[in-house]
Amino acid sequence: MNTQALNINSSMNNCYIEIKVCMGTSGRASGGNDVLRAFKQYIQESGIEALIGRRCRYKKVGCRGFCSKDVLVDVIINGNKVTYQSVKPIMVERIVQEHIVNGTPVNEWLTKEDYESFHTKQHKIVLGPCGEIDPENIDDYLNMNGYKAARKAITQMSQDDVIKKVIMSGLRGRGGSGFLTGKKWEICKAQKETPKYIICNVGEVNRPLAEGNPHAIIEGLLIGGYAIGAQKGYIYIRERYHLSVERLRNAISQARDKGFIGKNIFDSDFNFDIEFSFGTEAFICGEETALMESIEGKRAMPRFRPPFPAQKGLWGKPTVINNAETLSNIPIIIGKGAKWFASIGTEESKGTKVFTLSGKVKNIGLVEIPMGMSLRDIVYGIGGGIAGNKALKAVQVGGPSGGLIPLSMIDMGLDYESLAKVGSIVGSGGMVVFDEDDCIVSVTKFFIEFLQRESCGKCTPCRIGTKRMLELLTKITDGRGEDSDLITLERLSSLMTSSSLCGLGRTAPNPFITSLSHFRDEYIAHIRDKKCPAGVCTALITFTIMEELCKGCTLCKKVCPAGAITGELKKPHKIDQNICIKCGACFKACKFKAIKKG
Amino acid sequence: MDKVLNKILNDYQKNKGNLIYLLQKIQDTYGYIPEDIVFWFSNRLNIPASKFYGIITFYPKFRLKPTGKNTITVCCGAACHIKGSDRILQEVRSILSLREGEDTTQNLSFTVQKATCIGACNIAPVVILNDQVYGDMDTEKVSKLIKGYEKKDEYTGFEY
Repeated sequence: MNTQALNINSSMNNCYIEIKVCMGTSGRASGGNDVLRAFKQYIQESGIEALIGRRCRYKKVGCRGFCSKDVLVDVIINGNKVTYQSVKPIMVERIVQEHIVNGTPVNEWLTKEDYESFHTKQHKIVLGPCGEIDPENIDDYLNMNGYKAARKAITQMSQDDVIKKVIMSGLRGRGGSGFLTGKKWEICKAQKETPKYIICNVGEVNRPLAEGNPHAIIEGLLIGGYAIGAQKGYIYIRERYHLSVERLRNAISQARDKGFIGKNIFDSDFNFDIEFSFGTEAFICGEETALMESIEGKRAMPRFRPPFPAQKGLWGKPTVINNAETLSNIPIIIGKGAKWFASIGTEESKGTKVFTLSGKVKNIGLVEIPMGMSLRDIVYGIGGGIAGNKALKAVQVGGPSGGLIPLSMIDMGLDYESLAKVGSIVGSGGMVVFDEDDCIVSVTKFFIEFLQRESCGKCTPCRIGTKRMLELLTKITDGRGEDSDLITLERLSSLMTSSSLCGLGRTAPNPFITSLSHFRDEYIAHIRDKKCPAGVCTALITFTIMEELCKGCTLCKKVCPAGAITGELKKPHKIDQNICIKCGACFKACKFKAIKKG
Repeated sequence: MDKVLNKILNDYQKNKGNLIYLLQKIQDTYGYIPEDIVFWFSNRLNIPASKFYGIITFYPKFRLKPTGKNTITVCCGAACHIKGSDRILQEVRSILSLREGEDTTQNLSFTVQKATCIGACNIAPVVILNDQVYGDMDTEKVSKLIKGYEKKDEYTGFEY
C-alpha cells in the first residue's frame, strides 16, 4: 500500500465499488481488455481494494449499444453510477485517483447528452440486461429472475398453455419473414412423429445478445423445447464468432450444473439437452431449410416447401427454427405476460426489434426500438443525425436484400407491414445510413454483388438472375449503360421475385427495385449523361485542378501515386487525365479546395 | 499418417456421418484440404470424391490450397464498404503483389481473405491480421501494418 492509499478518507471503509467495462466485440476491439486490466492494476496499487476489504467488483459486461464511444466504463460507488466514454488505458489512473480516491468524477471524460438521448429513446427488452450483467456469471442472470420463466412454464404450465401465451403475445420471428412464433410451435407440437428438434440460429445481428446475455437465449430454447416436445436443442452459430461461442458454451455448462439442462429438469419428467452446430461462412445458412442441410453435413441448399420444417425438418423430423432474438423474448413473455408484451409495438407487429445502426450516422451502434417507431426518430433521435453535417440520402433496412428507403419517406414507421409496403424487409435487422456522398447505383451494385456471391445456385432464377443483374449494374457504373438495361433489370427482378426457390432469391432484387423507384434520376445520370452525381463511380469522374484556387503547394503532386500531377512550386498544377488512376488522393490532400471532382 | 486419419474417421462415425465435420477436421489438421486425403476418405467411406468437392467448394471456409503463414482479412460488410474497404483490399493485394485469382503469396507468407461483416462497424473499415482486429483503417495504415508486421513492434489490435 502506498502513501496515497493511506490518505483515502476513512468513510471508504464501508464503500462498495463496481466497475463495469463494456466488452462486446466492439468494446474489445477498442481495447476493453486493456482498460479492465488497467483498472485492476491501479486499484490494487493504490490500495483501495485492501482498504475496503475487497468490496470491489470488476465486471466485463456485454455490448450496451453505443459502440461509437467505446470503451464505455461504468463506475459505481455506493450505488451512484457514472459512465465514462472512449476510455483508453492511459486514462485509467486519473479516473482512479480523482474519482475513486478523491470522490470527484472526471467530468470531461463522462458521457455526454448524446449517450443519454441514444438510450432514453430506445425501448430495451432483450438488450436491457446487456451492459448491466456479467454474461459469464449465472448468478447475475438469476438475480434478475433468470430461469424463473422456464421453471414456471415447465412446472406449472401445460405445453399448450405455453404455446397459447406465445401466440397471444403476437411475437413474430425476428430473423426472416416474420411468421408468428407461437403458430410455428403449435404446428410442430401437433406432429406425431418423434423425436423433435428446436434450433436457435445465432446470426450476425444476434451476436451482442449471445455475448451480453447468453442465458436468455438458453432459457428461451428450453421453454421452446418444452412447448413443442423436443428433447434436443441446437445452437447454430458460426465458429468464427469466438466470443459468442465461448459465452454460450460457458452459460450452457453453468445451466447444466444448476440442473436447468439435462434430465428431470425442475424435478419434472422433462429432459432437454443443447448441442452446438457450427455453421459456416455462407449467407444462405440463414435460410431455415438450408441451415438444416448444413447441420446434416451437406451443401446448404434450401429445400422445397411444403413440407415445412415444423412438419419435416432436421433429419426428416419435426423441427422449429427460431433466431436468438426471438428466443430471448420468450422468457420475458412468460414472465411478464402476453398482454404486457402485446402492449408494445403496433397492431400487427408486437414487441421490439433490434437493429444495427451503421453507416454515415453519428451514433453507430446497436439499438432496440418498439415496432412502429419512425425512421426519423431512429436516425436523428437515437442516431444523432448524419455525421459531418451532410444530408441524408437513404437508409437500407433489412440487410443486403432489404430495400433502400429515401429521405422523403423518413417518417414511415418500422414494422413488418410498412416495410413490406415499401419493398423492404425487417430481415435480421441491419440498417445502413447513406449520405449525399454515396452513389445509389454503386451501393445497389455492392448489395447485388454480395447476393450473387452468396446465391447457393440451386435454382436458376437466383443463380443466373443475380449474375445478370450484377453484369448490368457494372455496365452502368462503368459508363457503358443503355436505357434498355433498366428494362432488362426490371424484368429480371420481377422474374426472380416470383420464381426463386427461397427467400434469398425472392428478396435479392429489393435493393434494385427500391433504388430505381426512388432514385431513377441517378440511374439516368449514369446512363445518359455518363455522370456519377455523387462522384463515386471512378469511370465517370475526373479530377481537375482549378487554376485560380491552386496555390502551388505541391502537396497533391507528392501524394499522387501515379505521378499524374505536374507543376512548379507556387504555380498552378495540372493533372494528366491519361495517367490519373482516379484514386482521389489529391482531392483529399488539397487544403485549398482547388481540386474539382466531377 | 494413417493413425491421424483413422482417428478422424472414428470421430466422423460418432458424428452421424457429417461430412462438413470431417472436412473441418482435415482442415484443422493440415491447414487446408489436400487432394490425396480426400481420396483416402473417399475410398474408405465409399463416397464419391465429387461429393466432397461439392461441399468444399460450396463453403468459403474450406480451402484446397495451403494458406500463408499470416492471414489478413479485410472486412467488406456494408459499413466497411462505404468507408472504403475496396480500396484497402486493393492496396493489400498490390503490396503483396497478388495476381488476379490468387489469394496467397508465392512464398506462403500471407493469405488475403474477405469477410462479410465481423460486427465492429463502429471502427469501420476493419482489417484483421492473424486474429488481431485493427479499426479505422486506410491504405496508408494497412500498408504500414503489413510492412511492419515482421517487426511486430506495435500492438494496437485485439484478439478476435
